[in-house]
Amino acid sequence: MIPAAFDYVRAASAEEAVSLLTQHGDDAKLLAGGHSLIPLMKLRLASPAVLIDVARISDLSYIRDDGDHIAIGALTRHHDIEHSDVLKTDVPILAHVAGLVGDPQVRHRGTIGGSLAHGDPASDLPATVLALGGTLVARGPGGERTIAAADFFTGFLETALAPDELLTEIRVPKVPGAGWSYQKFNRRALDWAIVGVAAVKNGHTGVALVNMGSTPLRASAVEQALSQGASAADAAMKAADGTEPPTDLNASPEYRRHLAQVLVRRALQEAGG
Amino acid sequence: MTTVLGQRLLRREDAEILTGEAKYVDDLAIPGALWLALVRSPVARARVRSIDTSAAVASPGVVAVYTGEDLAGEWVAPLPVALTATPDQKVPAHYPLTSGTVNYVGDPVAVVVATTRQAANDALAGVVVDYDELPAVVDLEDSLSDRVVIHEDLGTNASYTWPLQPDEAAVDAAFASAAHTVKERFIQQRLIPSAMEPRGAAAVPAPFGGTYTLYTSTQIPHILRVLLALTLGISETKIRVVAPAVGGGFGAKLNIYPEEVLCLALARKLKQPVRWTETRSENTQASIHGRGQVQDIELAADAEGKVTAVRVKLIGDMGAYFRLLTPAIPILGGFLYHGVYDIPNYSFSCTSVFTNLNPTDAYRGAGRPEASYAIERCMDSLAAQMGKDPADIRRINFIPRFDNGHATAAGLSFDSGNYEPALDKALEIVGYEGLRKEQTQRRESGSTKHLGIGLSSYMEICGLAPSRIMAALGAVAGGWESATVRVLPTGKVEVVTGTTPHGQAHETCWAMIVAEKLGCAPDDVEVLHSDTAISPHGLDTYGSRSLAVGGTAVALGCDKIIAKARAIAAHQMEVAEGDLEFANGAFSVKGTPEKTMPMAGVAFAAFQAHNLPDGMEPNLTAETSYDPPNFTFPFGTHVCVVEVDEETGRVDLLNYVAVDDCGNQVNPLIVEGQVHGGIVQGLGQALFEEAAYDENGNLLTSTLADYLVPSAAEMPNFTLDSTVTPSPSNPLGAKGVGEAGTIAAAQAAINAIVDALRPLGVNDVRMPASPQRVWTAIQEAKGA
Repeated sequence: MIPAAFDYVRAASAEEAVSLLTQHGDDAKLLAGGHSLIPLMKLRLASPAVLIDVARISDLSYIRDDGDHIAIGALTRHHDIEHSDVLKTDVPILAHVAGLVGDPQVRHRGTIGGSLAHGDPASDLPATVLALGGTLVARGPGGERTIAAADFFTGFLETALAPDELLTEIRVPKVPGAGWSYQKFNRRALDWAIVGVAAVKNGHTGVALVNMGSTPLRASAVEQALSQGASAADAAMKAADGTEPPTDLNASPEYRRHLAQVLVRRALQEAGG
Repeated sequence: MTTVLGQRLLRREDAEILTGEAKYVDDLAIPGALWLALVRSPVARARVRSIDTSAAVASPGVVAVYTGEDLAGEWVAPLPVALTATPDQKVPAHYPLTSGTVNYVGDPVAVVVATTRQAANDALAGVVVDYDELPAVVDLEDSLSDRVVIHEDLGTNASYTWPLQPDEAAVDAAFASAAHTVKERFIQQRLIPSAMEPRGAAAVPAPFGGTYTLYTSTQIPHILRVLLALTLGISETKIRVVAPAVGGGFGAKLNIYPEEVLCLALARKLKQPVRWTETRSENTQASIHGRGQVQDIELAADAEGKVTAVRVKLIGDMGAYFRLLTPAIPILGGFLYHGVYDIPNYSFSCTSVFTNLNPTDAYRGAGRPEASYAIERCMDSLAAQMGKDPADIRRINFIPRFDNGHATAAGLSFDSGNYEPALDKALEIVGYEGLRKEQTQRRESGSTKHLGIGLSSYMEICGLAPSRIMAALGAVAGGWESATVRVLPTGKVEVVTGTTPHGQAHETCWAMIVAEKLGCAPDDVEVLHSDTAISPHGLDTYGSRSLAVGGTAVALGCDKIIAKARAIAAHQMEVAEGDLEFANGAFSVKGTPEKTMPMAGVAFAAFQAHNLPDGMEPNLTAETSYDPPNFTFPFGTHVCVVEVDEETGRVDLLNYVAVDDCGNQVNPLIVEGQVHGGIVQGLGQALFEEAAYDENGNLLTSTLADYLVPSAAEMPNFTLDSTVTPSPSNPLGAKGVGEAGTIAAAQAAINAIVDALRPLGVNDVRMPASPQRVWTAIQEAKGA
């Protein structure tokens, strides 16, 4: 509960953050809201030699209408996403889900970029961005590149970000009027989901699963069944296809598979499927 | 006449707690203090081959590193145990640091002393311990088999078997002639008390004179002072124990812990202040756990559903060693397995066993929630078996109203009870008939969202304790409480109490008692406590004892004040004492009400001592020590309403009604606060909390992300009400309420879940009733 000693540097801009990442390499970790990293450090499960604090790069905190999509700065806090009028209108599922992350203290500190870059399969926002078909923007020494959300989560707490890259922006398509649902199944309001389901019906129906494997997952079998005309109830039976859900004190893999089926069905019904 | 008692006064304690101004042990600035960090065993059972401290000693800021063998000369006695359950009770040797063996994950092996907390913790990795790992025992029945004997010198894992079997033949006969029997096994899982403030201790030696002040997050500074003196061979007069602001205890700070002893021993050895603050992970691993029982309970009933006998066999999980009250906990519940029911034949026995797990001890309710859980779950089983309403089975079995004593089959004398009105009131508030109708409608409609209503007509023992009964139970200490009341020259009042509040608002309540008695304003009363230099006599706070025993001591102290003041007033007013009456803070002459002398005037006269009756001592002060003649027995009925999602096993708490009878109430606002917190902890046991270990004795719930303490977000609104049946055990008529919610709530919730699911064939769900457990129970019932 007491972290090992570390050095601390504060980046004033995205450029400086990338430069510091390049300088310190694997010894460094980026610090944004700190709500994933600092608990790991206090348990000494992570002992970075250097923390690069990016939380004060104010020009990475924004929610902007970019025509067909909304661009969200990586350092935008969950609280600001939850209460954004733009998002409530154009991407209501994202505003809703941001309001389900942790508790009010977490939502005032945690950032969307931090949550996505941490890549926790049990987190709410990664699966939601996945269901929306979002795009992520990363900045490295060679400049910017975009990564489809579907390609971003590569393994347990691993992403497509290079060690010297900073996630700068999250782009989500505008889906005003689309059907949507987020089913978060947990025991206490502030907990991670035991299983969660994000569904967005905007012509094509996107369905993503929380905590059903080592990464946030697209429920591909469900999406495919729906595109072939299956009913919500029938498509939901495929919710756990191809998944390898974890086991922990809350749930066995068998129970998680069952929950995924029930929750996908409920999500599809709520989204109007 | 003044009536302060019964008013909903705001707690005077809250401003500093809520604004963060309260100073807990870790907040104290102690210049030059060294910090401790403990090397704890990562394995559940091992022989320690060797300990290499060299790298830690060389670590920056480290002053010293000690093993158990290094410090063996510091203690003159092992860590104490306050109760001998049976003459042949087996007690394992237990010292602040182990030497030679470790017996649970978290067992302290060595201690690092450094100039900062961080340096001490960083150096822990530099202590290299070579463990020869041995088979560990984590299951109670496995422990009973003695397949592996944990403490080889004891020869067995069973510490004691404590029987309370007044007439076993009569119990056998009742079962033989029973029309209905119920047989259940319940598991009381281990719980982590989880006070908001983890523990902490700081020992400060005086520069000269060989005296020490120990600041510690404890419920028992008075008892601790005695125990520290006995353990460390320091004169009691040289130890001052201070409990500063204490952020919750729940029984987990009712102990003498290794870290407290180590801080004091090392302050003596190093002649410097030594301090330690617990981390949350240490708290979950090595501060005491609660519960940990396997309960086998049987009921016999006649054809009408009248229960004729109860038989209970318990296995109690002691953990690896005894802490202060470990062996006492199952016994405290052993008198209550008949609950509030008139059950003539009683049989209880408890076998307590060691395991390679963290020691258990008192946790809010301490034995009584377990007892109330078991009998209340069984009453529902009996009702279901007979096709009766759970409320009806309770009604026909209640002990009828009594105001002054009821001899129980378990051998106690209940003080006063009137159980049915509390049940009636709770059912009326919750709208019981309407809920039953809705439940039926849902069932008939084929809904998968099942409604369940759970009753709990609980019973507890409070007001610990009559000293003679304590002696009969094998306790080392008695159960009295002390108070000093001083009316100062200006008429303001100081009260010194031997109780030790850590959230219960004794300052507010004791001031109200004094104000009621002496006719002053509560704000004119200061209450001093929790420091053995200020309050030398006391037996502290636990077991819902403080008001019934400590509050009574304050009230009796006020009576002594009034008696002395009456003599002074009569002398000064030149009337006979018998001609004076005392009301609204002043003495007046009967029949001549304009002739008065206020208490403040008497106090000033007592201070001046110019004109006191011959032979009277100056000053208006009184000391009392009060030893109660009997326990108190609070009771009530709680009703929990749940919705269970058959598809997922999720339980939603829809409503919760609590009708408690804690006798006369000093401050209903504070009563309600106690009940609120208690209910949350009881529902925590029912639905959320479990100290889970793997088969190797590793704690799987060592953070608050894994150990699920519920928050307000998980709770329904509570509707509270009360009935008032004054206790004849003390002049306040108070019974105590600190543990009531916890004792009542768990079975209300589980009864509700089972009530919802009985048509599906579910008869029990093990606590905590997680969604997975509920879902699994449904699947098993469907498959059966």
